[in-house]
Amino acid sequence: MFSLPTLLYLSALLFSIGTYGVLARRNILIVLMSLELMLNAVNIALVGFGRVHALTAFSGEHGGQIFTLMVLAVAAAEAAIGLSLLLVIWRRWASIDVRELCRLNG
Amino acid sequence: MDINLLWIPLLPFLGFLINGLLGKRIGTKAVNSFACGLPILSFAISYAAWSRIVSEGNPLHWDGFPWIWIEGLVEIPFSLHLDGLSSVMCMVITGVGSLIHLYSIGYMKGDPGYHRYFSYLNLFTTFMLLLVLGDNLLLMFIGWEGVGLCSYLLIGFWYEDDANCAAGRKAFIVNRIGDFAFLLGIFLCLKHFGTLNMSALTDPTLIATLAEQTLSIPLLGTMGLVTVITLLLFIGATGKSAQIPLYVWLPDAMAGPTPVSALIHAATMVTSGVYLCCRLKPLFEASPVAMSVVAGIGACTALLAALIAFGQNDIKKVLAYSTVSQLGYMFFAIGVGAFSAAFFHVVTHAFFKALLFLGSGSVIHAMHHEQDMRKMGGLRKQLPFTHLTFLVGTLAIAGVPPLAGFFSKDEILFAGYLQGFTLGSTETAFFWGISFLTAGMTAFYMIRCVAMTFWGESRVDASLEGKVHEPGGWIGFALFVLAIASALGGFLNVPEFLGGNATLGHFTGLHHGHDGLSSEVLHAAEWQSMFLSLAIAGSGLLFAMYCYGKGKATREGFVASSPGKFLGRLSDRKFYVDELYAAVIVRPFDMICHLLFIIVDRIIIDGILVDGTALLTRSVGHWFRKIQTGFIPGYLLTFCCGALVLLYMLLNLMKGGGAQ
Repeated sequence: MFSLPTLLYLSALLFSIGTYGVLARRNILIVLMSLELMLNAVNIALVGFGRVHALTAFSGEHGGQIFTLMVLAVAAAEAAIGLSLLLVIWRRWASIDVRELCRLNG
Repeated sequence: MDINLLWIPLLPFLGFLINGLLGKRIGTKAVNSFACGLPILSFAISYAAWSRIVSEGNPLHWDGFPWIWIEGLVEIPFSLHLDGLSSVMCMVITGVGSLIHLYSIGYMKGDPGYHRYFSYLNLFTTFMLLLVLGDNLLLMFIGWEGVGLCSYLLIGFWYEDDANCAAGRKAFIVNRIGDFAFLLGIFLCLKHFGTLNMSALTDPTLIATLAEQTLSIPLLGTMGLVTVITLLLFIGATGKSAQIPLYVWLPDAMAGPTPVSALIHAATMVTSGVYLCCRLKPLFEASPVAMSVVAGIGACTALLAALIAFGQNDIKKVLAYSTVSQLGYMFFAIGVGAFSAAFFHVVTHAFFKALLFLGSGSVIHAMHHEQDMRKMGGLRKQLPFTHLTFLVGTLAIAGVPPLAGFFSKDEILFAGYLQGFTLGSTETAFFWGISFLTAGMTAFYMIRCVAMTFWGESRVDASLEGKVHEPGGWIGFALFVLAIASALGGFLNVPEFLGGNATLGHFTGLHHGHDGLSSEVLHAAEWQSMFLSLAIAGSGLLFAMYCYGKGKATREGFVASSPGKFLGRLSDRKFYVDELYAAVIVRPFDMICHLLFIIVDRIIIDGILVDGTALLTRSVGHWFRKIQTGFIPGYLLTFCCGALVLLYMLLNLMKGGGAQ
């Protein structure tokens, strides 16, 4: 099995890639996917910590794993809302480029 | 039957309410009866109270209610007090006042503000009576301010004309300066006497204990407490009683209806300063410095006003300056300690000056509101009755025996003469000289006034030919009664050396004997003084007859020569006092105001505070809106940077925590 530091390095790498994607890409679809990547990076870290600290009073029994399940559920909901908003935006403006969607500027 | 003093001021106040609130609805007749009836009723009560005092010898008192009352600190009751002095004053106010109310029925006939006029006049009577009856200085001050207000309202009565409003404002503002000093005097009294009751303020033992106290004033150095108080009160008196330096409002006050000039600006209100001094006689006597100031101001005012009266062509202006001059006489009398003479002159002056003003009003009424004496002349034929009564007033003011003015003026001049020569005070002798000269000048300008108005050739405008006629009715009645009073008023207070017993002086408690002087010395001085004043009044009269009599009412002789022209111009322009005040006070004040307007209002308040705030928020908004791009990855980047910073701080914190 992988050791905790390896898991954390992987998590940090995925999180950074996700962050880069969210910040740098124009396509909302890609941004949403990058967001999922960030969430899953966090999930890996949670599962890793949960395994190591499973029996400490601090996290409770299987706390990390349970939290990961909750993040997955929330991520699914977020993806559903995000994709439906994406559809509406596409229909309304025929574009999913975030640079063009800055109607809220002051 | 008990006499409730409250009714004396309350009755005219009812008149004010009725006429002021309902005057338009109840019709002229009802206005007349309320406006005149209530003051007459008030006169009747005053008379009853007066006779009560005469028969029982005790002053009357009305204990009202606690008014401004902080236990042990400030206790000012609302109570009225009627003694000899105030009862005489009350009778003059209600008596002359009622006559002038009656006169006004004729004079103001058909005026659109008829009921308004009478309600003001009633209100004035109320306040004047409150001033006189008030048992403490603060109550007196209420009356004092109230008469000032009514004076303002009545000067500007015909408010459609801007000049009248300006005159009203001038009177109000100039009075305000004096009132401010009066108020300061009241505060000082309250602080050091602990009360404002007249009985305490005139208590000799209390005054004696305070007389040694001093007060240090910035710029002026240390002064006696009593001197400061009396001088402050006197400044108040100079405002109300039109003395140097605050006399300038009174001549302008002639803008009001003539009966108002007679009542307020000649007979009653302007004498309230003299009344104040008489009321507080022991206080004034305790300060020799204040007494000399009062005497000096009085004498100088008498002279200056008489000089200005020479050059005036408006009949009311002549009388106005004559009033200022006579008030100066009264203050001169107070300054030399002759309070009784001063008050006597208040009473006689109320008679003959009211008569003169009402006479001039009769002329003005007959001439359809023409006041310029250069356009009169020869009115004796058309207005014989007015001429006769006016002449009585003129001779009375000039001091021709046995008319009222002779006795009172003689007493004043005698008091100065006694102190100046018999007792040898150089200062008083000098002021006496001034007053003495003024006595002659009074006779001169009054005869000039009569001559220009009634004698000689007619200069009446052709359009008025045949329309000038004697106003009858109430106007004639008021003139008649006042002429009698002016003729006989002097017998109220005939001095002892002429066989009288100075009744008024004893009754008002103002009379004082001359201890330490033998009666021979005293009588010699009295005869000398009387002959001197007769001589000066007579020469003034004769000189005026020579100059203006026999149809020579035009400018001839000395008046036409170049020094005469120069003096005439000075007098005509009132010695440029108004211009001086304008240059020294009004214009610098305007300039400061303008400067403040530009610097404080325009630049600081409008510019920096108001516009500045708007500019600040706008520019801040302008800068901050730039970060509000609506570009979501931008926001996210900011968010990430923030998260990183937080993470860094958290790590640092944990490191620090680990080190512990």
